[in-house]
Amino acid sequence: MATVSTAAVPAFARAAAAQAGASQTVSNPRAPVDATLTINGRDHVLAFDVRTSLLDLLREHLGLTGSKKGCDHGQCGACTVLLDGRRILSCLTLAIAAQGRDITTIEGLAANGQLHPMQQAFIDNDGFQCGYCTPGQIMSAVACVHENHANTDDEIREYMSGNLCRCAAYPNIVAAVKQARPLMQTASRD
Amino acid sequence: MRPFIYERAPSRNAAMQAVTAAVDTKASYLAGGTTLLDLMKLDVMRPQHVIDINALERTVHGRIELDRNGLRLGALVRMADAADHPDIQQQYPVIAQSLQLAASQQLRNMASLGGNVLQRTRCTYFRDVSYAACNKRNPGSGCAALDGFNRMHAVLGTSDHCIATYAGDFGHALIALDASIDLVGPDGTRTIPFAELHRLPSDTPDQETTLRPGELIVSFTVPAAPWTRRSLYLKVRDRQSYEFALASAAIALDQQDGTVRDVRIALGGISTVPWRAVEAETVLRGKAIDEDSVAAAADAAFVGAKGHGHNDFKVELGKRTLSRALQQAAALEI
Repeated sequence: MATVSTAAVPAFARAAAAQAGASQTVSNPRAPVDATLTINGRDHVLAFDVRTSLLDLLREHLGLTGSKKGCDHGQCGACTVLLDGRRILSCLTLAIAAQGRDITTIEGLAANGQLHPMQQAFIDNDGFQCGYCTPGQIMSAVACVHENHANTDDEIREYMSGNLCRCAAYPNIVAAVKQARPLMQTASRD
Repeated sequence: MRPFIYERAPSRNAAMQAVTAAVDTKASYLAGGTTLLDLMKLDVMRPQHVIDINALERTVHGRIELDRNGLRLGALVRMADAADHPDIQQQYPVIAQSLQLAASQQLRNMASLGGNVLQRTRCTYFRDVSYAACNKRNPGSGCAALDGFNRMHAVLGTSDHCIATYAGDFGHALIALDASIDLVGPDGTRTIPFAELHRLPSDTPDQETTLRPGELIVSFTVPAAPWTRRSLYLKVRDRQSYEFALASAAIALDQQDGTVRDVRIALGGISTVPWRAVEAETVLRGKAIDEDSVAAAADAAFVGAKGHGHNDFKVELGKRTLSRALQQAAALEI
């Protein structure tokens, strides 16, 4: 069950959201827009500037700073999240347009106090150095396995090419994806 | 980013009403947003209305249909879904490959096919508003690329006013396969050949397409033909993945007993619009694909090519890319 939370919403946003029944279509482009977003299984009632990217909403409004702002132009992959289970770039997604979709961030991967097999695999294989690109890499890698695009080293490299790592941990990232792949497949069969 | 009014259109009619109501302002449709949001952040695109049409994905706009007459691709189909479609991979490989070799999986999951063909150039002078001179962005201001850093720029279809490269890949596959597009606008529906969608820059590079105000792409239709199965997309670029083309070739070949019955050729990375190489096709018809014939075809394709300094290498690279693609297509086992 999704729960409704407004705890992390800034004060101005709460006040705006309190104007119940505000129309989705506003004539003043500078007025905050109201939206309910489903993030990691929880509904969040929010009001924000219409220009807000999903990435900025996650980081600045909800304190979910796992998703990283690298280039902010869809070139680096550090902001990768899952939208209805598919990997997308949160920096090129308007938060308002993500209403009604299931958003999963790096904070939503671990379950019952246990790291996701892909998170554990990145640790086991030293799949990072500075760690800045890692949340995006892990989200992308999880989707890569779900898409069935992780069958060979070449395929993993090709389908992970949207996530740049300037520390060049690429060989270890490929190893991590290979380690997690069978564990994820076992988990999904159970 | 400048403020805008966001509207979500629940239906095609609602989208048409919204765009008609916004007629006094600059309105943009929002599908995947991978070009629009990027260029709004850079202040290159400045829509005052953004009309979100993603709800139309559940209608004919989001469908892939294949039968013996051909392939129909809804304009809201995501690049990844067309690229991963087993029947498209088998029967129209040039289409699947042109999509699979473009962007990253995240972008392919977001970007729609309709938005893909309308993506804007990657010309750095177009994308950087601190350069005053860009005839595409600021008509009549000049072209900073002509004497600037133009390694990525076009050698075919250029004018004295613009040498910006058409950045897409899928559009070259469509033009090679004689695709048509279905459009809907405030004044009704119409169908045009895909080859008539993009305008050469000429002296109005700001006018990139023949779309009428408020018009929306509904779908692409690719007719079935003997050459679609023996087809491929070859893309040559600075890095192996996730990069725009320096030169590319879309080939669709119908050959019998080693002789070319018919061939369709389009070239990317080197042109200002999706580029059909009709002259090269004419050279090859009735001939065998060998070193001499592909060299002659490549020469014919680049007769009118003009480099601007840094991009001079693209003439030779384009010829070699076309030659290699033709030989690979001839050798395909289908």
